[in-house]
Amino acid sequence: MDFQNNAGPETASEEALFMPSDDVREHMVVVGNGMAGCRAVEELLARDRDRYRVTIFGAEPHVNYNRIMLSPVLAGEKSFDDIIINSRDWYSDNNIELIAGDPVTAIDRAGKTVTSQSGRTVGYDKLLIATGSDPFIIPVPGKDLPGVISFRDMKDVDAMLEAAGKGGDAVVIGGGLLGLEAAHGLTLRGMKVTVIHLMDTLMERQLDEAAGWLLKSALEGRGQTILTGANTESIYGDGKVEGVRLKDGREIPASLVVMAVGIRPSTALAREAGLEVDRGIRVDDHMVTSDPDILAVGECVEHDGNVYGLVAPLWEMCRSLADGLTDRHSGYKGSVTSTKLKVAGLDVFSAGDFSGGEGCEDIVLRDASRGIYKRVVVRNDRIVGAVLYGDTVDGGWYFDLLKREEDVSGIRDLLIFGQAYAALGASGGGALDPKAAVAALSDDAEICGCNGVAKGQVVACIEKGACSLDAVRATCKASASCGSCTGLVENLLSVVLGDEVQSGPKTLCKCTSFTHDDVRREIVAQNMRSIPEVMQLLHWSTPDGCSSCRPALNYYLLCALPGEYRDDQQSRFVNERMHANIQKDGTYSVVPRMWGGLTSPRELRAIADVVEKYNAPMVKVTGGQRLDIFGIRKEDLPAVWADLNAAGMVSGHAYGKSLRTVKTCVGSEWCRFGTQDSTGLGVRIERMTWGSWMPHKFKIAASGCPRNCAEATIKDFGVVCVDSGYELHVGGNGGIHVRATDLLCKVATEQEALDHCAAFIQLYREEARYLERTAPWIERVGVDYVKSRIVEDEAGREALRSRFLYSQSFSQDDPWAQRAAGADSELHQPLEPPMPFGAIAAE
Amino acid sequence: MTDWIDIGTLADIPQRGARTLQIAGEKEIAVFRTGDDHVFALVNECPHKKGPLSQGIVHGHSVACPLHNWTIALRTGEAQGGDKGCTPTIAVRMEGDRILIAPPEQARAAA
Ligand SMILES: Cc1cc2nc3c(=O)[nH]c(=O)nc-3n(C[C@H](O)[C@H](O)[C@H](O)COP(=O)(O)OP(=O)(O)OC[C@H]3O[C@@H](n4cnc5c(N)ncnc54)[C@H](O)[C@@H]3O)c2cc1C
Ligand code: HEM
Ligand code: SF4
Ligand code: FES
Repeated sequence: MDFQNNAGPETASEEALFMPSDDVREHMVVVGNGMAGCRAVEELLARDRDRYRVTIFGAEPHVNYNRIMLSPVLAGEKSFDDIIINSRDWYSDNNIELIAGDPVTAIDRAGKTVTSQSGRTVGYDKLLIATGSDPFIIPVPGKDLPGVISFRDMKDVDAMLEAAGKGGDAVVIGGGLLGLEAAHGLTLRGMKVTVIHLMDTLMERQLDEAAGWLLKSALEGRGQTILTGANTESIYGDGKVEGVRLKDGREIPASLVVMAVGIRPSTALAREAGLEVDRGIRVDDHMVTSDPDILAVGECVEHDGNVYGLVAPLWEMCRSLADGLTDRHSGYKGSVTSTKLKVAGLDVFSAGDFSGGEGCEDIVLRDASRGIYKRVVVRNDRIVGAVLYGDTVDGGWYFDLLKREEDVSGIRDLLIFGQAYAALGASGGGALDPKAAVAALSDDAEICGCNGVAKGQVVACIEKGACSLDAVRATCKASASCGSCTGLVENLLSVVLGDEVQSGPKTLCKCTSFTHDDVRREIVAQNMRSIPEVMQLLHWSTPDGCSSCRPALNYYLLCALPGEYRDDQQSRFVNERMHANIQKDGTYSVVPRMWGGLTSPRELRAIADVVEKYNAPMVKVTGGQRLDIFGIRKEDLPAVWADLNAAGMVSGHAYGKSLRTVKTCVGSEWCRFGTQDSTGLGVRIERMTWGSWMPHKFKIAASGCPRNCAEATIKDFGVVCVDSGYELHVGGNGGIHVRATDLLCKVATEQEALDHCAAFIQLYREEARYLERTAPWIERVGVDYVKSRIVEDEAGREALRSRFLYSQSFSQDDPWAQRAAGADSELHQPLEPPMPFGAIAAE
Repeated sequence: MTDWIDIGTLADIPQRGARTLQIAGEKEIAVFRTGDDHVFALVNECPHKKGPLSQGIVHGHSVACPLHNWTIALRTGEAQGGDKGCTPTIAVRMEGDRILIAPPEQARAAA
């Protein structure tokens, strides 16, 4: 393992600050003049000043400095001198010989000596390895080009500063702690920075999706380009870096590429010396390696299966090491870590395990107006993890409670508001009861920060008759903005009213206190663009929603942002994700579209071929006038679609919250009663409406006369042709609760029928709640309302119609054709392990 | 020591999604990746009526079965809420971005 861009001590200003003459004490040699090595020596000196004679070898030509402060140095907030931890005086005052700029290249355990690059050989009684980590360099073509730099030591910072001096574009590969700090520094130094991150969430090891999203938006607001889910294919350039190419073909020009994808414990020296090494150098609780005279500490070690990449654990290790060397027996027990991002103006904190899961309870607070997201994870009444964004003042408090495994059941309900609030609850004399805590607040205590409403005002408005959350919101505005004080207001309601609190309208799901209508209104009003953004701005109480709200939000965004919103496949029900209907045995049924129920020999032949080729056990004529092929395996779906596509057929969307079929009768073409061409009209309606996503499934029919063979009066939109034109019916339903349609209006021409149909669908798309069919929607809003929008308001109808057609211009892509061509193939294929089962043995 | 099986990388599984895995002689396994990039493996059968859990909506550390919307905890395989039942789980270990699973008992005995 070598040091990337750090190949040797070319500045080998090898220095011997102090040469001990005939010191007879035991000799301790330290390899690595970094944070852990020097701290270990300090701890040792503090316990027993005179026990060891110490020599430190350092690969870097510097005294020990604070590596974590390289970020502020890069950002121009500090100079190198500011971050020195151990000055030259420290070495000389403690009789320590520092050999800087000369790395150790070999350890001879039998002879108990080390040899350095310059050829110096030094004997030891105790050897301490503190070599830290090496930056991980992803093995892509171009990784060795000049201008590709890692971010680990002062030399890297100097190289970055030199490049930044020339301006231009920089790419940072890796959106973790290190990468974002590099990106921040380079941005402040005037470069145009793009961050390329493999995962979908920035700092995914430290943050959950919600916090990652906030961070991403904030960084973008500062002018950085953040590409998540982006895989680097190569670094290109002729003799020096010119840019980065992604696997998807995109090219990002750059004169500087910072590789910050991770670190690997620096173990080469130990491995060659035959010490036990797994991920790091194996050590016991006193940092002793498999050789009793050799110790190791810092990022290069593995203790109890763990390796660490932060400084706090190093401090604990160094204490145990020094205790062990001076015959005290504390023993290192592993560390719980917390992280803060050092980017000025962005407060990000995370600690412990915030992955949630079994037995874990998430307490989430979102305050959109202040850009705050807090999540505390509690298991068995103990805090096990925390993620804070925007307001991290309580990070230390949570971390402390976490490390001490304190029982927090007593302050559970106030926990998320932070230490000050929890203390307030306690001083109110009733820390166990949030209601008592709220009751104990003084009348002028502020309840709603957004609207500046004090407790006295809220109580007054409740006493004047506002006996539900919504009524309070409407009268005194408390909790009407960001909603983060909703809990407090609810507590006040029950304090004042006892059991008379009225529950408000049904919320979208248990993740939010907002209703469907609230959410839709806010999505449009605040121009929200993604599911995480909605969840943040509307204070979702769960980190990534549930199976009720995710599909709803996905639909609302899709409807609000035609052509712009990227559909989230993982927020769709299985049928819509697979473009087929799942059956009770886990196979799928496939329904190709048959326009207006018409088919042809070619289509029928293709269907027959598919049935035989894929052994479909059943084919059924549906009530929607088309054929349903049953028993298709998930893996075969793309091939089935390809075969059907080849015969000109597209998806029938028989699985979707979308336009299903347009059922027709034969009409004036053939039928002796027929008044208009109902078949042709049905085909034209289906051509116009297919592929549209809706709040729920949507069925249409067109009958050629009032005998109504196509059963148009139990459809969502039905046309009944008459001699003088077309009767348009809406809101019908078969099924459990049969509902006949309401007559919307009568129109004279086929074009008008089509226009009204488009406008009606768009009104339903924009205003019905997700999973609300047209029948209950119309019963809720009243058919008169629908008439007022579609029939009486001609300009409004025209606007609705054109919005529908605009949205259709993006949605009439056959999903089958995309899948058959290979899109999302991983949804259909099982994983293929790289090695056959059984070939891999544990080391 | 367990003979862990390398089954691919994190990036092979869509976030808040799942892929399936077939080991000869074993029930199909569903390998889930959650929104916060945790990976879990379960037998791909709902305890209710054997719905393919891999096709459900993944939220938090749970999956909603695609057939009748039971919620199954990914860590334990237990049905949540009022429903009773449990799907067998398979131990998973991450090594960097690589996903390793413990072989199911039967297969290990044969290996
Ligand atoms: C830019 C940056 C920001 C960071 N920010 C934070 C933060 O905010 N919070 C946090 O907790 N942690 C942070 N870290 C991590 C933290 O700096 C490390 O955890 C810590 O420095 C590890 O200490 P160490 O002594 O094990 O390794 P190091 O400090 O790397 O020391 C190892 C030293 O050994 C030398 N060496 C290696 N091999 C040899 C050899 N063969 N012979 C002689 N010398 C050798 C190396 O050159 C190096 O000087 C940050 C790291 C970086 C790079
Ligand atoms: C979730 C449960 C349901 C499933 C999975 C389901 C599935 C299907 C499928 C696959 C078809 C044939 C596909 C097509 O031609 O478009 C169909 C047709 C039909 N379904 Fe359902 N259905 C369900 C619930 C209902 C309900 C609640 C009703 C009544 C409101 C209903 C009424 C009909 C009718 C009338 C047809 C005839 C075809 C048409 O006019 O579109 N179904 N259903
Ligand atoms: S609805 Fe009227 S036109 Fe159509 S098939 Fe029936 S009788 Fe004929
Ligand atoms: S089979 Fe899973 S819920 Fe019924």
